[in-house]
Amino acid sequence: MKRMLSKLVRGVAVASMFSLLAGCNLVVIDPSGDIASQQSDLIIVSTILMLLIIVPVMALTVFFAWKYRQGNKDAEYDPEWHHSTKLEVVIWSAPLVIIIALGAITWVTTHTLDPYRPLDRIDAERPLAKDHEPMVIEVVSLDWKWLFLYPEQGIATVNELAAPIDTPIQFKITSSGIMNSFFIPALAGQIYSMAGMETKLHAVINEEGVYEGFSGNYSGEGFSHMRFKFHGLSEEGFDKWVADVKSDENFLGRSQYLELEKPSVAEPVHYYSAVDPELYTAILNMCVDQSKMCMNEMMAIDAKGGGGLAGIYNVMSLTYDVPHMRGSQPLPESKSYVASLCTTPESGFSGELANLPLFDNGQSARAMSIAPAGVSTGF
Amino acid sequence: MFSNPDLLHFIFGRLSIDSIPMFHEPIVAVTFAAVVLGGLVVVGALTYFRLWGYLWNEWITSIDHKKIGIMYIILAIVMLLRGFADALMMRAQQAIAFGDVAGYLPPDHYDQIFTAHGVIMIFFVAMPLVTGLMNFVVPLQIGARDVAFPFLNNFSFWMTTCGAVLIMASLFVGEFAKTGWLAYPPLSDIVYSPGVGVDYYIWALQIAGVGTLLSGVNLIVTIVKMRAPGMSMMKMPVFTWTSLCTNILIVAAFPVLTAVLVLLGLDRYADTNFFTNDLGGNAMMYINLIWIWGHPEVYILILPAFGVFSEVVSTFCRKRLFGYSSMVYATVVITILSYIVWLHHFFTMGSGASVNAFFGITTMIISIPTGAKVFNWLFTMYKGRISFDVPMLWTIGFMLTFVIGGMTGVMLAVPPADFVLHNSLFLIAHFHNVIIGGVVFGMFAGIVYWFPKAFGFKLDEFWGKMSFWLWTIGFYFAFMPLYVLGLMGVTRRMSHFDDPSLQIWFVIAAFGAVLIAGGIGSFLMSIVVAVINREKLRDETGDPWGGRTLEWSTSSPPPAYNFAFTPVVHELDAWADMKKRGFVRPTSGFIDIHMPKNTGAGFILAAISLVLGFALVWHIWWLAAVSFIVLVVGAIAHTFNYDRDYHIPADEVVKTEDERTALLAKQQA
Repeated sequence: MKRMLSKLVRGVAVASMFSLLAGCNLVVIDPSGDIASQQSDLIIVSTILMLLIIVPVMALTVFFAWKYRQGNKDAEYDPEWHHSTKLEVVIWSAPLVIIIALGAITWVTTHTLDPYRPLDRIDAERPLAKDHEPMVIEVVSLDWKWLFLYPEQGIATVNELAAPIDTPIQFKITSSGIMNSFFIPALAGQIYSMAGMETKLHAVINEEGVYEGFSGNYSGEGFSHMRFKFHGLSEEGFDKWVADVKSDENFLGRSQYLELEKPSVAEPVHYYSAVDPELYTAILNMCVDQSKMCMNEMMAIDAKGGGGLAGIYNVMSLTYDVPHMRGSQPLPESKSYVASLCTTPESGFSGELANLPLFDNGQSARAMSIAPAGVSTGF
Repeated sequence: MFSNPDLLHFIFGRLSIDSIPMFHEPIVAVTFAAVVLGGLVVVGALTYFRLWGYLWNEWITSIDHKKIGIMYIILAIVMLLRGFADALMMRAQQAIAFGDVAGYLPPDHYDQIFTAHGVIMIFFVAMPLVTGLMNFVVPLQIGARDVAFPFLNNFSFWMTTCGAVLIMASLFVGEFAKTGWLAYPPLSDIVYSPGVGVDYYIWALQIAGVGTLLSGVNLIVTIVKMRAPGMSMMKMPVFTWTSLCTNILIVAAFPVLTAVLVLLGLDRYADTNFFTNDLGGNAMMYINLIWIWGHPEVYILILPAFGVFSEVVSTFCRKRLFGYSSMVYATVVITILSYIVWLHHFFTMGSGASVNAFFGITTMIISIPTGAKVFNWLFTMYKGRISFDVPMLWTIGFMLTFVIGGMTGVMLAVPPADFVLHNSLFLIAHFHNVIIGGVVFGMFAGIVYWFPKAFGFKLDEFWGKMSFWLWTIGFYFAFMPLYVLGLMGVTRRMSHFDDPSLQIWFVIAAFGAVLIAGGIGSFLMSIVVAVINREKLRDETGDPWGGRTLEWSTSSPPPAYNFAFTPVVHELDAWADMKKRGFVRPTSGFIDIHMPKNTGAGFILAAISLVLGFALVWHIWWLAAVSFIVLVVGAIAHTFNYDRDYHIPADEVVKTEDERTALLAKQQA
């Protein structure tokens, strides 16, 4: 019943908006994913609740301004009338009632539409079992492009995303450096991507189609072109797409990622047919370059009381990414980072690592923070 | 010797001939030429008319709260022109940059423009307007002769101005930040923004922030300690109440901004890691801290505007304000609640549902006292006799426009709705709706309302009305399309778009911006025309609108001492009460009046801070060290200056007051 009512209200609202704005695609009001649809319902319900107050206030403003204009000598004039307990009760309680209603809706929907919460339905008619396994997609925002990793399929794509319709998806989102916001308006609301941290978004797309995706948070020079297409595909369509991706013989490992990570603007779509399975964890823990200590190792050490005084000597000048990431920009010579304690021999950086002054000279003796870093939010 | 790079680097720090963008940016070159030309004309005129001494003695060194208030507003209007030029450039870029057309601004330049627009409009337009109005009006409304700390007031003004000068310098020397107006790390960290832009941002805001904080302290003490006898808290005019709350917010919030910018500065200058990605830093901490300042800041701006509307609505409805005490309580409630809503600026950062819901609901609760205020203005109009002078037009325009912004604000406060609206043009439309429809309309209402008090003649009415209509209609044209674009999923801060179907909306918005330009032009015209016709528009009564509060009881412009005798207050709306009871202006019995003395110390100290800021931006360490030492020594030395006050002799007071008596008598005859 409630659902029908909301559908009806939404239909009317959408219809009236469309008659006003014929031809423009209000994707936020009329999306194609179940989560975004519920968010759009909320926008409409809160608008209607607010209009209950706004419309009378606007009407009364115009009416009083007209009626009590100086020229209208027929209107009553009472310069001393400045208080009415009854009226005061009304003007405080009317907004209060609206806000209690809206507050209740807010509390409930903020919990049901929490991006961290696994879905419990595909759409209004199709509930999901509690123990369903969502499809996982790992999302990394780079300067200035999007990398999507599909751990179940073992593939990765740049600036193109695809998913089968009516399949619950869990996005795990992080960033290589600057904060961005992962946003596909037709699918669901946005969430920030932050380096060293993982945010999550659960969503489902209900209609086949090609949708716009982009960064919703300004991140520098190439930001305007940080766009991608999101393909909502049928089951077969998705399998075909995966096969397509796999047909490009192209491997994404640590060294390829470090290449990809360099800033570029309007990067064309490209595919990786195979991906280093540890890559996402390394990106999240900011240690794709194996000379750097991973955030999770650092947190583990810190949780046990930290590295002590010896830890101070474990800090290196941060020279590995700045010059090549920032191109011609002058290098801020004093930045430092924590060096990795153990290395794996296959690393492309191991040769360089052998020369690192891990525990010696004063030049690298810079303060090392003991505070835990890279905390995942959302709990 | 001058080819020695080490020496050059020692003397000039990072500054070099390449730092001056006008050699490779034609837009900057033209602007610079215009600024130099304009500057030369002003300097020439001041020299030709021999006004330098007048300027120094009567304005620059003045500790008169009225003159300082006026200077704040002049600063705001000058910076409004700069900030609005930025807005026009953005609107023009977004109206043309579609598909293959890149537009006329490269991202590098566009990013500086939107950052500068935000920083300038908030810190150097809205803040000086608010502070200026409070400075001018509050002492007059409470029957005081000046603020509590007159020297500090002068110093605060010049610190704010020097912050503005530093921002303006970034246009011609170096670059401005490309980070957005709140300079979120990691983007603003040294690794991602190695240039001088963010350093300009930090030091301009730090210098101006000192001014704002001190003026906050000053006005709180003034309001608490210097009210006329009989004016209890619940007999204070509403504008004074909102000023008190605003200044409490300033004193509580601005130190947070200072602290967070110090931390960011340390990250950039001293290799600390408060907000970096590496080494245990966390950018989320910055975002929380900056909004713990940033949200109260919104109320710092809007509360004085609410105060202006309260004064204007009761004056022009010829009626007491409806629900004075509920107005006061609403203001206080807003003041307190504004501290527990900051997280609604980043629901999308991934806090848990309960945290988001808490901050969403506290945000909505603010709309209850705000709604009560709107109803109070509404019912003040009820059974009134409304005359539609320009300040009242701004007030009605505000009531109709602001409620729309309030509605969209509550929508944004619902976290799941915010997930799809956050950072979109819907958000941009929302906060311009409340800042233009609330703060800007309020400040224009206030300027037009108190202008005759400050200068002794009214502003031109025709151009005032033109300004109102162009601003209002322009606002709807400029921002309603942005609401639509937001619902179409278009995000902010884009310098280029792919989808050509969006273009028509941006063209409409650009047209709206042109109308607003007309509104600003009309406002300036209303001043120019009024100055030309000042004899015709002259007000000799000191009470041109039939005002209700004490500032209207003295002459226009008020004498240096404001009130020959400190008024005694018995009722709310003290001046209306005095008029009702047949108040007779005293014409004899004047005594010497004790007043503070002008000093150049504020100007000089602020100028040294400007040098310090510039040296820090460009890493000119010797200059930074020297100017810092001079600043500290100078400030301490000034405390030994005991020659700070003087007495206006009774004879002079008698002379001034007799002139007014004669004027008033002529008027009555």
